[in-house]
Amino acid sequence: MENIYLTIALAPLVGSIIVGLAGNRLGRTLSHTITILGVAVSTALALYVFNHHVLEGGEIFNQNLYTWMQIGGLNISVGFLVDNLTSVMLVIVSFVSLMVHIYTIGYMHDDDDYTKFFSYISLFTFAMFILVMSNNFMQLFFGWEAVGLVSYLLIGFWHHKESANEASLKAFIVNRVGDFGFLLGIALLLMFFGTLDYAETFALADQVNGQTIFGDVSVITVICLLLFVGAMGKSAQVPLHVWLPGSMEGPTPISALIHAATMVTAGIFMVSRMSPIFELSDVALTVVMVIGAITALFMGLLGIVQNDIKRVVAYSTLSQLGYMTVALGVSAYSVAIFHLMTHAFFKALLFLAAGSVIVAMHHEQDIRKMGNLRKKMPITYITSLVGTLALIGFPGFAGFFSKDMIIEAVHFSNLPFANWVYYAVVAGVFITALYSFRMFFLVFHGESRVDHHTEEHLHETAPSITAPLIMLAIPSAVIGYFTIEPMLFTGWLDKGIYIDPVHGSLAALKEHFHSAMTLITHAVMTLPFWMMVGGITTAWLFSLHKIEWADYLQKKFHRINYALESLYGFDRFNEIVFVNGAKKLGNLLWRVSDMAIIDQLMVNGSARFAGFVGSVIRPIQTGYLYHYAFFMIIGLMLVLTWVLVSGDNPLIRLGS
Amino acid sequence: MELLSILIWLPVFGGGLVLAIGNNRSEVAKWTSVAISVVVFVLSLSLWTGFDTSTSAMQFVENSPWIAQFNINYHLGIDGISLPLIILTTFSTILVIIAGWEVIKNRPAEYMAAFLMMEGVIIGVFSSLDAILFYVFWEASLIPMLLIIGVWGGQNRVYAAIKFFLYTFIGSVFMLVSLIYMYNQGGSFSLAALNDLPLTLTEQSWIFWAFFLAFAVKVPMFPVHTWLPDAHVQAPTGGSVILAAIMLKMGGYGFFRFSLPITPDASSEFATVVIALSLIAIVYIGFVALVQKDMKKLIAYSSISHMGFVTLGVFALFSIVEMGVDGNIIGSLEGVYLGLEGAMIQMISHGFISAALFLVVGVLYERLHSREISTYGGVINSMPKFTGFAVLFAMANAGLPGTSGFVGEFMVILSALQANFWYAFLAAFTLIVGAAYTLWMVKRVFWGPVTNPEVSTLSDINNREFFILATLAVAVLVMGVYPQPVVEVMHASVVNLLEQALTTKLPL
Repeated sequence: MENIYLTIALAPLVGSIIVGLAGNRLGRTLSHTITILGVAVSTALALYVFNHHVLEGGEIFNQNLYTWMQIGGLNISVGFLVDNLTSVMLVIVSFVSLMVHIYTIGYMHDDDDYTKFFSYISLFTFAMFILVMSNNFMQLFFGWEAVGLVSYLLIGFWHHKESANEASLKAFIVNRVGDFGFLLGIALLLMFFGTLDYAETFALADQVNGQTIFGDVSVITVICLLLFVGAMGKSAQVPLHVWLPGSMEGPTPISALIHAATMVTAGIFMVSRMSPIFELSDVALTVVMVIGAITALFMGLLGIVQNDIKRVVAYSTLSQLGYMTVALGVSAYSVAIFHLMTHAFFKALLFLAAGSVIVAMHHEQDIRKMGNLRKKMPITYITSLVGTLALIGFPGFAGFFSKDMIIEAVHFSNLPFANWVYYAVVAGVFITALYSFRMFFLVFHGESRVDHHTEEHLHETAPSITAPLIMLAIPSAVIGYFTIEPMLFTGWLDKGIYIDPVHGSLAALKEHFHSAMTLITHAVMTLPFWMMVGGITTAWLFSLHKIEWADYLQKKFHRINYALESLYGFDRFNEIVFVNGAKKLGNLLWRVSDMAIIDQLMVNGSARFAGFVGSVIRPIQTGYLYHYAFFMIIGLMLVLTWVLVSGDNPLIRLGS
Repeated sequence: MELLSILIWLPVFGGGLVLAIGNNRSEVAKWTSVAISVVVFVLSLSLWTGFDTSTSAMQFVENSPWIAQFNINYHLGIDGISLPLIILTTFSTILVIIAGWEVIKNRPAEYMAAFLMMEGVIIGVFSSLDAILFYVFWEASLIPMLLIIGVWGGQNRVYAAIKFFLYTFIGSVFMLVSLIYMYNQGGSFSLAALNDLPLTLTEQSWIFWAFFLAFAVKVPMFPVHTWLPDAHVQAPTGGSVILAAIMLKMGGYGFFRFSLPITPDASSEFATVVIALSLIAIVYIGFVALVQKDMKKLIAYSSISHMGFVTLGVFALFSIVEMGVDGNIIGSLEGVYLGLEGAMIQMISHGFISAALFLVVGVLYERLHSREISTYGGVINSMPKFTGFAVLFAMANAGLPGTSGFVGEFMVILSALQANFWYAFLAAFTLIVGAAYTLWMVKRVFWGPVTNPEVSTLSDINNREFFILATLAVAVLVMGVYPQPVVEVMHASVVNLLEQALTTKLPL
């Protein structure tokens, strides 16, 4: 099996290197063929691995490939841990990546850096595989930062755009803030566990549990919180979410692949992987849950006031990541992974559909300038509808099952604040339906607001774009129905995730679960269903029929509207405090401390002092012999006087 | 003549030969120089292949009397701490000589000769086992660098050269005084004898600070770092490369070779002060680097910040372990090894990365004669290949995993946390600040629209430049992906060093 895992990881890397180095010589067709082939190989093998581990119950694979570093008794290796959790992630990542590769042929058709783009997304796929297959923290950190690197390169892909360059820099730095915590978490873990290997760490978890740091704080809690700071960066949780909306500056295929389906879910994956230690700290779990709820609710609200088609989807992604984080907090890890999977499909679909609209609209992204596209773009329209229904959790569609399970899991949780979080996630359903359908109606229904010139050329996009939409629409519609039972209740993810029996959310879910069909049929009797209906209705009213009501509300609640439109002031705050603060501090330290005090005062000051002393004694060094003779005589007389005046003198003793 | 002597004297006399060939026959001089440097590099590799990693004993030892009246010997030898630094020296010298190929039009033969002589002298520094021999090489290394800055430097080169010379010279004079003091106590300048010389805490404290001054100036540590930005800005590209890649490492090497084993109790006593200065270097200098407008200055400040990890990694050990009464070490040995070996890795990695970054600036400077960030913008449009390299090295500078820049910082942060959580907290700040200053520079120089029309006329790197940058890129990546061979070479010596650092010299 080892070779299979290795091939999964390396096939995209090889494709990336070949195309990266020789893309210009290979030409476009050969370049995209090579990279797509690489990812296709990975996808096929990932399905094989999924079958082996999940369906046939194969043994967990945990083996080191080579020793990265051996320091005394500490071994840091590069290796693979492949179990059911990994297998699920491999399938999601490889499938979405393959779809995005194909989609890119059409989307980036006119771009000068066509081959470079393929090289980057294949490199990303490699890094993501390394991340999910790692069996130790060093390699996890490698994958973690490597996906961040490619994300940086791809957000800034259109490097002539100043906004893209700013967004890519911001994304990297904000992620580094998360990694700062993450690295400290890894370091603290090494100190107390003495290893960076997952399996060894988990085996020692009970032993370390109970040890304290900073007086009487549980070490496990501190480690979990620090690791979670890393997850907050990568999975864009408040307040480290600020980079994700900016990442929309990148080409749409990567918004789908990196900033919706895969990279941003790395934090969710990581916490699930670390379940054996997170389970030991209720404090950490509560923090995780509350941060998730804040993100789910408040980022969703921002989606309502956005007018850029990609930004609406981006805020939706933030909100959904919040949902997954909430699931982690209530120890329903498999539910989080379940939502991660359904979300990967329907959010990739929504982004790619948005991209299809953008291509058709000649790169117009403002939904106020669209409208009534359903006639011109039927495939995009239908697939968007499927994606939207999946997102808002319409009964039967993929997102329905996963979101419903998260809400129920919170309902059963006994953590403090769980009741508040429950209200947040239920309210979130209304908001999700509202912003999703607001966008959907504005783009595809109502009056056309498209300008005349664009209208003439408006038509459905190329098959390389629509085919991935269809391929993604299928799982977005049905995958929840077919996988809810095995994924949550009958053991697909049992290997790899550990739940302390004290945290009974998932067990309670299992108790109340009958079948996927009953969930659908009973949906009308649940609160989330009516929240969703309310959301759709509100969206229908405000965006199609009573537009003036929306304007009225905006004026009436202008303070709230201002808060939403200024994105709660996070960007402004960061700009003033951190960006400008750092520059001011840097200038202060440089000009005052470094240049004025150390260099001018002390260094050049001592040089000037030496110069000054020199200038004082210089006049007496005239070079005239008689001056020197004169000074010698004076000196001699002084010495003689001293000898004569003081009785006991070394010179006299020396002479006698 | 034995191998180490050949490695020292071949480039020194080879430099003399190049001088004799003269500037008028510059092609011959250049080819001779590159041939000598390649031969020296290949010979230095045979040190690596012939090296026994299982022992901490000095290898390739040569010993013959030099000044017999004072018991001064021509005593050479290497262990796992000096070996990687010697290879780094021979490796960098080739690159520097090739990098100067078409660029240096003024006195090319003398330029090449200066670098060859410097190479020999620095190998001497890293292989001396006699303190006076070490001191002679140490001071001799100043001369070629002084000339390189003073002759081939920029506008303000004389100020920078003199500042460089006085700073480092004043620092090392105190080292000589303390060496003589110890000779008076023990009658020998041999390092082995100095390691065994019993010293009271007062004596050790004086000696420690005398050494500290010499090494801290070289590293350079806050607050004796202000010569470095000036020297770098004025030095020609090759000078900056050697300065950053190798000369700074002489300071770090000094802490390993002298401070820890000769003054272990004082090192322990003052470790907190050194750690504090290291953390100031990492954080404070990081912010200073952020606001630099001159690329070379930015990289110079970044160097100071990165070298802070070296001193942090070395001196954190005293807070992690201590010597028990039974002679067994108490505490996490792995934590200490991570710090000491991380410091070494950081030095080597910084050798590659800073060299690469100065060469990157050099490539731009040759084309537009400006080091100002604001001159550039959108360089990727005219120089895509070059931008690829530049971004790779920038990422390595920002400590991206998979590059050598990550390895040392990672190890030192893991170690520092075992000494004190807040040491690691401050050191890890470099993740944010380091990325900020490096990538902000990348953004302003390489991305964005072209605002300066001259930038759009830039020609991409030629084969010579490609070769140099590609070589360094391979080095940076290989060490990031597989650092084990380097770690293995130094491990036995580090274990021995730790033993020495924890063994008290105080009378019981």
